[in-house]
Amino acid sequence: MARAHERPVYAYRRVADQDTGRPVYHPVVIVGAGPVGLTAALDCAVHGLPHVLLDAEDTVCEGSKAICFAKRSLEIFDRLGCGERLVSKGVVWNLGRVFFGGRQIYAFNLAPEAGHQRPAFINLQQYYLEECLIERLGELGGTDLRWRNTVTGVEPCADGVGLTVDTPDGAYRMRCDYLIVADGARSPIRHLLGLPCRGQVFQDRFLIADVVMQADFPTERWFWFKPPFHTGQSTLLHRQADNVWRIDFQLDRDADPDEEKRPERVIARIKAMLGEQVRFDLDWVSVYTFQCRRMERFQHAGRIFFVGDAAHQVSPFGARGANGGIQDVDNLIWKLALVMAGKAPAALLESYDAERIPAADENILNSTRSTEFITPKSEASRAFRDATLMLAEHYPFARRLVNSGRLSVPAMLRGSPLNTPDTETFDSPLGPGAPCADAPIQTATGEDWLLRQLGNLFTGVYFAAAHGRVSARSVEIIRTLAGGTIPVTVRVVGERLSGKGPDGCGIVDVAGLVRRRYGGSPGTFYLIRPDQHVCARWRQLELEPVRHALLRALGQTQRHSEQIA
Amino acid sequence: MKPSRLNVEPQLAHPDDFYQALLELHQGLTDEESRLANAKLILLLANHIGDQAVLDEALRIAREGLGEGSASAVERSGSAVPSVIWAAPLRRVTKERT
Ligand SMILES: Cc1cc2nc3c(=O)[nH]c(=O)nc-3n(C[C@H](O)[C@H](O)[C@H](O)COP(=O)(O)OP(=O)(O)OC[C@H]3O[C@@H](n4cnc5c(N)ncnc54)[C@H](O)[C@@H]3O)c2cc1C
Repeated sequence: MARAHERPVYAYRRVADQDTGRPVYHPVVIVGAGPVGLTAALDCAVHGLPHVLLDAEDTVCEGSKAICFAKRSLEIFDRLGCGERLVSKGVVWNLGRVFFGGRQIYAFNLAPEAGHQRPAFINLQQYYLEECLIERLGELGGTDLRWRNTVTGVEPCADGVGLTVDTPDGAYRMRCDYLIVADGARSPIRHLLGLPCRGQVFQDRFLIADVVMQADFPTERWFWFKPPFHTGQSTLLHRQADNVWRIDFQLDRDADPDEEKRPERVIARIKAMLGEQVRFDLDWVSVYTFQCRRMERFQHAGRIFFVGDAAHQVSPFGARGANGGIQDVDNLIWKLALVMAGKAPAALLESYDAERIPAADENILNSTRSTEFITPKSEASRAFRDATLMLAEHYPFARRLVNSGRLSVPAMLRGSPLNTPDTETFDSPLGPGAPCADAPIQTATGEDWLLRQLGNLFTGVYFAAAHGRVSARSVEIIRTLAGGTIPVTVRVVGERLSGKGPDGCGIVDVAGLVRRRYGGSPGTFYLIRPDQHVCARWRQLELEPVRHALLRALGQTQRHSEQIA
Repeated sequence: MKPSRLNVEPQLAHPDDFYQALLELHQGLTDEESRLANAKLILLLANHIGDQAVLDEALRIAREGLGEGSASAVERSGSAVPSVIWAAPLRRVTKERT
């Protein structure tokens, strides 16, 4: 097979910890350098948390694996400083076509509304994502990344976690305050700790191939139910970077995976699909099965946090695996940073479960429903599926029932204990818990995007009156917020820059979209978390409510709050 | 019992005509085609009704007297979705994309 991509090899290096003969202490250890563990390391680096990242292997994933990365993930990578690189390498697609038998039954367009920096999705092979994150870690510095370091033992204790790590030079021991477990779906650490992961295991098998084509196929997602060229129930064709195409064939239940993986067989299948005349090279083939399940809790013994596939798994329909895991990390690291700095109580860490378990359930629910539609399990289920597809060709109502994957959307964190509920009505869906919406803006340094002004710290967005001036009283509140124990940096949004506001934080709402998306009548104030989710919002700026909301977002009880405020 | 929102009072002006039309729908169809025709009919009518509470009620009644443990098991789960996932609440996802 011709390889479209050579996997880099990252050298194993012996480290001083291996020679001390006693467990060496590190504040944070992350296990697993897949997309989720790498994102965790990047976020630790951005927050200045000293950390070690261990991986059993010495390279990136084999084959494309995850290929669709959602807008929210790209925004998180923007916050971590590598969104642009991913988008420029990736392929932007908006159009999807759905076929039933030999006929196209409809097409859909995912093009998001205008005025967002990032597209709804990009397609990019997971190995490129991993390489890009590793490169970014190198630029930021501060990550102690150890390849061919396999965790073989974990001992939680009252004041930390002990680890045994195996290397080509033998085993050594470490201990840490916090352990982030990103060791993937099979999670050896989950097994070492005897923690169950419950849910549904599916019997369906999918043959997945990366194919390099010179042909000018359009950049679209094509999904066939009951394709005419293949006896299985579904096939997916989707473009990736470098003219590589992903083809997924659902196999018959009784298919022999090893037989199906033989290149001659795969090539014959692809020819039946694309036509004899299309020239392509087969790059990678694999057969996969999947589960939809999760751990009961993602925080264990107070100091161990499961993230990504280690904590929860979904079927690939909907691209919710890596995209979900990246949001886990986005949710966890700022909390860890505040708790480790002594600025928030350890209780804040419990909100990781409170926020990410409902998010995982939403992903599991959606991907399970897609799986049921794509691979019906009973005669009745199949009849409804086929009836839906037959109606969908002519009747738009039925298109909304067709489910070839409900694509990943960000978690809304509606019921989070960190939210301060609205007490006024807003003409905007960005209520407490929602991730902030983007909009084009201008600052003193030029054209920019709103989301690039938010995140990593607590921020505020204050809507000035039309003339751009901010009252002396509000300026005073904004200064007080900026100078607190937990500083809140406030951005002032107006129609034009005003010399009268607080220095250097003015935002011009060039298209009026900030105001529209946030329901930003003059005086409106949004308090925003380090992960760009909304904590609370008010129609006018007063110091006390903001302080209370801030303390609540830090996981403080009322009594705690009074001591700190 | 909760007040029913599904209208189960006689509604059809000519019940025999309707019944005949229903059977004629299936004339000359194989069993599999009949299943598809029934499924299409249900989907069309469900969309016409468009009220989830009414549909839930109809789903519940449709299941009465059928299957193991009959209606009570379905009532507890709140719906007749076949693949109930562990601990995942069966709530409706409103903002879906196709
Ligand atoms: C066919 C397919 C298509 C997919 N498509 C998409 C998609 O389009 N979009 C999407 O978002 N998701 C998709 N996914 C899911 C996505 O690939 C996973 O969710 C993602 O890889 C999870 O990342 P992770 O970092 O949690 O785990 P992994 O990627 O599994 O990484 C785990 C890492 O831990 C290391 N490790 C394991 N054990 C140890 C140990 N004991 N000590 C040290 N290191 C260890 C491994 O070497 C590995 O590097 C797809 C999956 C498949 C199979």
